[in-house]
Amino acid sequence: MCMKKTVTNFLLLENKQLNNDNFRLLLQSPNPFSDIFPGQFINVEIKEAKEVFLRRPFSILDVNYNQRTISLLVKILGRGSKKLTESAAGQTINAIFPLGQSFTLPDKFDRILLIGGGSGVAPMLFMAKICGLDPANVTVLIGARSVSDHIDVSEYLSFGQFLFTTEDGSLGEKGYVTNHPVFSERLNQYDKIYTCGPNLMMKAIGRKAIENNIFCEVSLENSMACGFGVCLCCVEDTKTGHKCVCTDGPVFNVNDLKW
Amino acid sequence: MVNLGIKIHELEFKNPVLTASGTCGFGKEIADFMDLSLLGGLVVKGTTLKHREGNAYPRMAETPSGMLNAVGLQNKGVDNFITNIYPGIKDLDTNIIVNVNGSTVEDYVALTERLNELDRIPAIELNISCPNVKEGGMAFGISCASAEAVVKAVRKVYRKTLIVKLSPNVTDIAEIAKAVEGQGADSVSLINTLLGMAINAETRKPVLSTITGGLSGPAIKPIALRMVWQVFNAVKIPVIGMGGIMNATDAIEFLIAGASAVQVGTAIFIDPTIPIQIIDGISSYMECHKIQSVNEIIGSLQC
Repeated sequence: MCMKKTVTNFLLLENKQLNNDNFRLLLQSPNPFSDIFPGQFINVEIKEAKEVFLRRPFSILDVNYNQRTISLLVKILGRGSKKLTESAAGQTINAIFPLGQSFTLPDKFDRILLIGGGSGVAPMLFMAKICGLDPANVTVLIGARSVSDHIDVSEYLSFGQFLFTTEDGSLGEKGYVTNHPVFSERLNQYDKIYTCGPNLMMKAIGRKAIENNIFCEVSLENSMACGFGVCLCCVEDTKTGHKCVCTDGPVFNVNDLKW
Repeated sequence: MVNLGIKIHELEFKNPVLTASGTCGFGKEIADFMDLSLLGGLVVKGTTLKHREGNAYPRMAETPSGMLNAVGLQNKGVDNFITNIYPGIKDLDTNIIVNVNGSTVEDYVALTERLNELDRIPAIELNISCPNVKEGGMAFGISCASAEAVVKAVRKVYRKTLIVKLSPNVTDIAEIAKAVEGQGADSVSLINTLLGMAINAETRKPVLSTITGGLSGPAIKPIALRMVWQVFNAVKIPVIGMGGIMNATDAIEFLIAGASAVQVGTAIFIDPTIPIQIIDGISSYMECHKIQSVNEIIGSLQC
């Protein structure tokens, strides 16, 4: 049973800058909520931002049902996200949630590889935390340009084995996530691959998963107007026709995509 | 208690607030956010005779105070509507209106004949103003002769309330309104989106896959209001106004300009609870101004 979608006035409890252009927002709902899963997103109203008309979607990083809070990882990409990162604790943030289809949760003894790039790391951390697997069976591979672009993941380290790549070699393996030996050489040790990040990264991962016949789900990003399936703007051209990224996705199995 | 009821032709609406086609799906998509039976009406997604995939991505560009879309009437066709959608919405206690599209006059007629069979669809909105399809659509709505031809043909087969949705991309919208009134339209709804365009200066490429698209949102409200007023003064049939309505005040302005009812569209993307807020806001306005019936507001512009 899915939780009903609502338009909610959240209280911003905390806005923490994580690095140069990433912020973590902690939002508290006035009402209890339940059953939010990795891959789902929240569509946030941006108030008083010049030339911003539509809401901005962000994937959910974490939830705390007891405290009625949702954490978001907000990366500055344009006017809307920038304005949101300037919000101060105590402000009201209006958002529509929960939106979209989540990743398929793994089976009890699956070995899973979670690959995050950029702000796509958010649902991967959320998945590592709630998947309920033995941490020995969870590998989290995170890529970024440089060490300063990586966010601090120390509170998630106990949920799996964490690996990093940077394009300049300043942290972990040098190169892209697809250059990491766990991906380029040891992919077959995994039962399921989940990924969220830049499209080119996900395509490279998805194609290799298809080649190796490994279950793989990706979380797509498209520009959206509504976020709940009425405007039909954010479509992905899939094997079964145009699908809305906001309601049919954002999570898709790579076998359904024209990759 | 104020009276919000209005009539379009012989069809009664419990209040003058409808959701616009292409912004509320088939109702179920927004049912989490509101009790749909509170609406005056629900104009469902543009429907065609056959399944349409719509245009390629990207289909949307945000603009100052609005957005461009180039969806291109993506829908699963009328058979799917009748078999899979209609049974689930037919018992809603609101007027469900189907937005009807075609590439040829014959398409419009064939589709209308199918909808004639559905007891709980009391009206259709004939869309001769979609700017995002290659054939038909807006082409029918930009000349009096072609608008007359399609309305005449549909009127022959359609027995219930016939609303014709007009394009603002014309020299004189009042002339088109008079032309469709002359062929038996029971009402006109306006405005559909304005043809617009967005360019990415870095890549020198259009933002939309179709290069041009339809502009909606508050950016177009003054134009819509002007056109509603012009059409209201030109025809005797009721006018349904839309274009950038974001709140009750906007809606009341359209009623004052001459609209008997309004449609809320792009605002739903921003906040799907806005249509209900507008209904409540119109009530409050009437109480505050001691207005008994919403009909007293319609066309009450004092120049």
